[in-house]
Amino acid sequence: MQRIGVFVCWCGSNIAGTVDVKAVAEALKNEPGVVFSTDYQYMCSQAGQDLIKNAVKEHNLTGIVVCSCSPRMHEATFRKTASAAGLNPYMVEIANIREQCSWVHKEMPLGTQKAIILGKAAVAKVNLNTPLTPGESPVTKRALVIGGGIAGIQTALDIADAGFPVDIVEKKPTIGGKMAQLDKTFPTLDCAACILTPKMVDVAQNENIRIFSYSEVEAVKGFVGNFEVKIKKKARFVDETKCTGCGACIEKCPQKKVPNEFNLGMDTRRAIYIPFAQAVPKVATIDPDYCNMLKNGKCGVCTKFCAAGAIDYKQKDEMIEEKYGAIVVATGFEPISMDKFDEFAYSQSKDVITSLEFERLTNAAGPTAGKLLRPSDGKHPEKIVFVQCVGSRCSACAEKGKEYCSKICCMYTAKHAMLTRDKYPDTEVTVFYIDVRTPGKNFDEFQRRAVEEYGVNYIKGMVGKITPEGDKLKVRGSDLIANKQIKIDADLVVLAAAIEPDKSARPLATMLTASMDTNDFFTEAHPKLRPVESPTAGVFLSGTCQGPKDIPETVSQAGAAASKVIGLLQKDKLVGNPCVASSDQLMCNGCSSCERVCPYGAISYEDKDFPGPNRTTKTRRVAVVNPAVCQGCGACTVACPSGAMDLSGFKNTQIMAEVDAICK
Amino acid sequence: MQKITTEQLIEKAAELMNEGKVASVLGWEKGEFGYDVTPGIFGSVDELKAKFVYGDFSAANLSKYLVKKTEMVQGQALVFLKTERKILIFLKPCDSYSFNQLLTEHRFDREKVYAVGVQCDGMVDIEKVKKIAGDGLLSVDTSGNDVVVKTLYNGDMKIAKADVLAERCVNCKSKKHVAYDELLGETGEVIDSNRFDEVERIEKMTPDERFAFWQNELSKCIRCNACRDACPACTCEKCVFDNPKSGVENKSPANSFEEKLFHIIRAYHVAGRCTDCGECSRVCPQNIPLHLLNRKFIKDINEFYGDYQAGAEVGSRAPLVDYTVNDVEPGEVFDRGDENA
Amino acid sequence: MQMKEYKPLIVAFCCNWCSYAGADLAGNNRLNYPAEVKIIRVPCSCRVNPMFILRAFQRGADGVIICGCHPGDCHYTSGNYYTRRRMATLFSMLDYLGIEKERTRVEWVSAAEGAKFAATMNDFVKTVASLGENKRLEDLRCKR
Repeated sequence: MQRIGVFVCWCGSNIAGTVDVKAVAEALKNEPGVVFSTDYQYMCSQAGQDLIKNAVKEHNLTGIVVCSCSPRMHEATFRKTASAAGLNPYMVEIANIREQCSWVHKEMPLGTQKAIILGKAAVAKVNLNTPLTPGESPVTKRALVIGGGIAGIQTALDIADAGFPVDIVEKKPTIGGKMAQLDKTFPTLDCAACILTPKMVDVAQNENIRIFSYSEVEAVKGFVGNFEVKIKKKARFVDETKCTGCGACIEKCPQKKVPNEFNLGMDTRRAIYIPFAQAVPKVATIDPDYCNMLKNGKCGVCTKFCAAGAIDYKQKDEMIEEKYGAIVVATGFEPISMDKFDEFAYSQSKDVITSLEFERLTNAAGPTAGKLLRPSDGKHPEKIVFVQCVGSRCSACAEKGKEYCSKICCMYTAKHAMLTRDKYPDTEVTVFYIDVRTPGKNFDEFQRRAVEEYGVNYIKGMVGKITPEGDKLKVRGSDLIANKQIKIDADLVVLAAAIEPDKSARPLATMLTASMDTNDFFTEAHPKLRPVESPTAGVFLSGTCQGPKDIPETVSQAGAAASKVIGLLQKDKLVGNPCVASSDQLMCNGCSSCERVCPYGAISYEDKDFPGPNRTTKTRRVAVVNPAVCQGCGACTVACPSGAMDLSGFKNTQIMAEVDAICK
Repeated sequence: MQKITTEQLIEKAAELMNEGKVASVLGWEKGEFGYDVTPGIFGSVDELKAKFVYGDFSAANLSKYLVKKTEMVQGQALVFLKTERKILIFLKPCDSYSFNQLLTEHRFDREKVYAVGVQCDGMVDIEKVKKIAGDGLLSVDTSGNDVVVKTLYNGDMKIAKADVLAERCVNCKSKKHVAYDELLGETGEVIDSNRFDEVERIEKMTPDERFAFWQNELSKCIRCNACRDACPACTCEKCVFDNPKSGVENKSPANSFEEKLFHIIRAYHVAGRCTDCGECSRVCPQNIPLHLLNRKFIKDINEFYGDYQAGAEVGSRAPLVDYTVNDVEPGEVFDRGDENA
Repeated sequence: MQMKEYKPLIVAFCCNWCSYAGADLAGNNRLNYPAEVKIIRVPCSCRVNPMFILRAFQRGADGVIICGCHPGDCHYTSGNYYTRRRMATLFSMLDYLGIEKERTRVEWVSAAEGAKFAATMNDFVKTVASLGENKRLEDLRCKR
C-alpha cells in the first residue's frame, strides 16, 4: 500500500478564489492510501517545496499528489522536489485544479467539488504508480551521411567542423550530386560548379570526413546512438589509393561508345571514366557493362598506360561494417521519366528535352561545350518553348505525374529563359505556365526581370500537344488569359519535368524504419517543429529526400540536420524517457499488431523459451520494445489484443483507476 | 459437383501417414449421435477409421488448433516436432481464411503443417432440424438435396437441406480455398453474399429498438466462453478477461449489463482480423447471434476504408492497424449512415 | 421527488501535446465550460483503449469525448490516425448496440484552440444533457 501525501495549492487566489482548498485537502484525507493532506499558498515556492520535502520524511511518503496548476507548468518542478526528498520522481502526479478547474468555473461549490474529484483521480493513479528509471545508452560518436549531393556535403562539412568523424556514402563514383550537373543557379546566376566544387574539395581534404564513393548502404541495425551499418563498396576495378586521376587510361581506352550519364546520354564517354573534371574522389572507374577486358578478357590497354599500377580487374565488391551514432538521409531527387508523356513527343524527337538536359546543353563542360545547339542536327534553335509543370501538380493524372508542386521549376525555367535571351537575343522564348510561384528572397524580382528586361513571352496555359513535323516541333497550347488557341513552330522544347525522390530512398527507408509519405518523400518527425528529424530517433533528413527544395533551402536544411546530429553526438549517454511501452512476454502472442502501428520501429520480435509443465520449454515469438527508441505514444497498447503491451506511467490500470475515480 | 466422402478423406490421411509425411491429423470426430461432431486429433490410421467423419456436421473450424498443436515444445519424448513429419489439417473454404489470418499473425509455423482443402457443400444447423423435427432425434443424414431425419417421437421425415442449412452457409461468402497444399474435391469462387442484410436491418431500427434487441440477445449470455474458445481469432496466450493486470478481468456475469462489455471488447479485439467464419454463433449454447457484432465491424470497415477480407491473403495489414491521411472522421460516420437509411 | 436540473458526467480524454494544452489555454483565457467535464491526460489520443470508454460508461459516465491533435499534427506523427479509425468503428458499434451516438465524440483540438476546446465542451455537455442519464452501458453495481 502506498503512503500518499496530498498537497493542495492555493496559487494565491488563482485557485483559492474558486476552490475551497481546505475542503479539498480535507476530503482527500480519506482517500485510500492518503496518510497526509495539507494546503499552502504557493506550493511551487521554495517554502512550498520544503513543505513537501519535510512531509515526505516525516510521514514516510511513497507517493505525492499535488493539486495545483497544469502539469505542463510544474510537473517537472515537483518531480525534482520529490527527487530531492529521496523519492522516485515518477511517484508524483498532478491534479490540474487551476487551468482545468478554478479558471474555467465560477462557482465555488462546483469548483470545489470538481477539484476533489480530480484530486481523487490523481490519488487513484498514484496508488498504482511504480518507480521508473530512465534507461541510458551510449553514443557512438560518428555520423553517417547517405548521399553526397549538396545536402550531404553541407551536412558532412558542418558535422566535421564540430569535430565529429563523418562518413559519406555515395552510390555514384563521385560526390557532387545533381548540383554538379547544373550550369548556373538562380537567382544570382553564379555558376553551380564555382560554388560547389570548392565544397567538394573541402570534403576531400577534411580529416574528419571519409568518402565511400561508388558505395551503397546494404543493411542497418540498431537504434539512436548505436547504429550498425553495412556498406557495400562496389568494385570500381581501380585501386583508389593508387590512382592519381591523371586520365591517361581514359585517353587510351578503345571503348568509346558508352552513353555518358553525366551529360544525360547526350554524348559518350569511355569504359573507364572519371565523371567530370572536378570529381571527388578524382579516381577512375571501370564500367563493367562496357569494358572489354571484364566482359571477355580481351583488351587490358588501361593497365599498360597506368603508371601508378592502379588497375585491378580482379577487384571484388567489399563489405564495410561501421558503427554510427546518427544517420543523415540525403538521397536527393531524380526528374521523373517522360516516357508516359506522349503528348509532348519526348520519345519521338531529340529536340524535346528536359530542363536538366538543357542545363547540360548550356554548360561549358556539356556535350556542346556550352553552345545552345539542337541535339538532332546541331543547329542553333531560333524558337524555344518551355513547358512548365510537366508531371507536377497533376492530380488528375496520378498514374504518370505527381500531385505535388516540384517547387524549383518556375525559377529554373525563368533562369533558362533569361539566360537564353541574354546569350542569344535573336531567339524567341515562350514559357507556358499554370501559375508562376516565386516565394523566396529575390525570386519574384528575378522572374519579373525575365519578362520585363529580357522579353520572355510568358503564356498562362498548358501545352496540349507537340508534334514533330520536318525539323520543326508544332506546339499547340492555349492562352487562358487571351482565351485563344496558340500554335508555335518551335525548334526546341524544354520540359520542366517534375522531380521525385531517388529510387534508392524507399528500400533505405525500410532499412532505417523511417517513414515515408505516399510519394516516397521521407516524413519529418513534426511538419512544423521538427522538420529535419525523421520520426525514427537518430535518423535525420537533409535536402530533397524530404520534399522538393531549391539549393538555398537544401543547404539550410542540411545545416539544421547537422546541428541536430552534433547535439546528439556531443552527448556521452542518452537518457531515455522512462514512460515507454513494454510487453509482458508471458501474454504476448507475437501477432505483430503492435509492430505495425509503431511509428518509430521500436518493436522487434524474438523467439523466447518459456517453462511449461513437466519440465518442458515452449518457444514462442514475442515482442520486445527497445526503450531507447520508443517515444511512449501508446499506439501499440491499444493494438495489442491480449493486453500484453502496456505503457509505463500511463498503464491500463492507472487510466482505468482514474476513470473509476471520476465516475464514482 | 461430386460429394466428398469421409472415406476419401481417411484414405488421403492414411496415405500421407503411411508415406511418413504427416504424424497426426486434425479433423472431425464422431460423437454419440451423427450430428454430434467435434474437432479431433488422430494419431493413427486405426483411430481415423474408428472415429473420423466428414459430413454435414463437420462444421468446426480447425485452424485455431494449429496454434497449440504446432507449438515448439522441448524436453519431452512425445514431441512429434522433433521429426520431420507434419500435422495434417483439413480446411473447408471458411477455415482456410482463418488459416491465413493466423499465419499473418505468426501464430503457427507453416512448415509444420500439411493443409488439405476439402470441398464444402454447406453445413446443417442442428437447431434448425430440431425446430422442424422436434425432439428425440435418432439420426440425421443427407441424401442428395434432402436431409433424412429419424426421430423417436415423430417418425422419419425428409427435409430439404436448404431449409436447415446453417445461417453462415446460407449466406456463404466464399467457396474458394485461399490456402492449401492439396485439394480434395472442388474449390469455388468468392460469393457475392447477402451476409450484411441482417446487420442492415438492425441499423435501420431506432436506437431504442436496437438497444432492446441487443439487451434481449446478450442477456441470455451465461458467460460460458464458448465463443471465445471456438473463435480462431481469439488465440491470445491469455485473454484480457482472464488477466488480473488488465483491470477488466472477470469470469462470471455479474448482471446483464456486464455481458455487453465482454462481447463488445471481444468483437473489437477481433475487428479487422475476424474472417467471419461464424464459429462464435455456431457454438453459442444460448444461440446469441454473435456474428452480427463481428459483421457490423466488417461492414463498417468495408464501407469506411474499402473492402477488406481478413485472411484472403497472408501478410495483409489489418484495417485497424492501418490508416490513410484522408480517412473518414468518426463524426461523419453517422451522417453517412443517415444517408443510407 | 424534487426535480433538479440534470447534470451529466462527462469524461474527456485529452492528448498531452495538443488538446490538454488547448484545455489549459481555455483556462488561461478564463473561458467557461461546465464543471461536469473531467479531463484525463493521456500521452496521445491513440493511448485511449476502447476499454477505457466502455469502463467510463459502465461506471456511470453520460458521455465520453476524445480530443487529440488535428490529423497530420500528431506529436507522434500517426497516433491520431489510428485513433480516428478505432473510434469511428467503435462508436459506430456502440450506436449499433443502441447507445446514442451523441454520447460519444472525437474532436481535434490544437494547443492554440482554447476557445474551440471550451466551445466543444459547452456543446457536448448540452447535447448529452438533452439525452438524459446514460443507463444503457452502466454497471448497476457501481452506481453512486
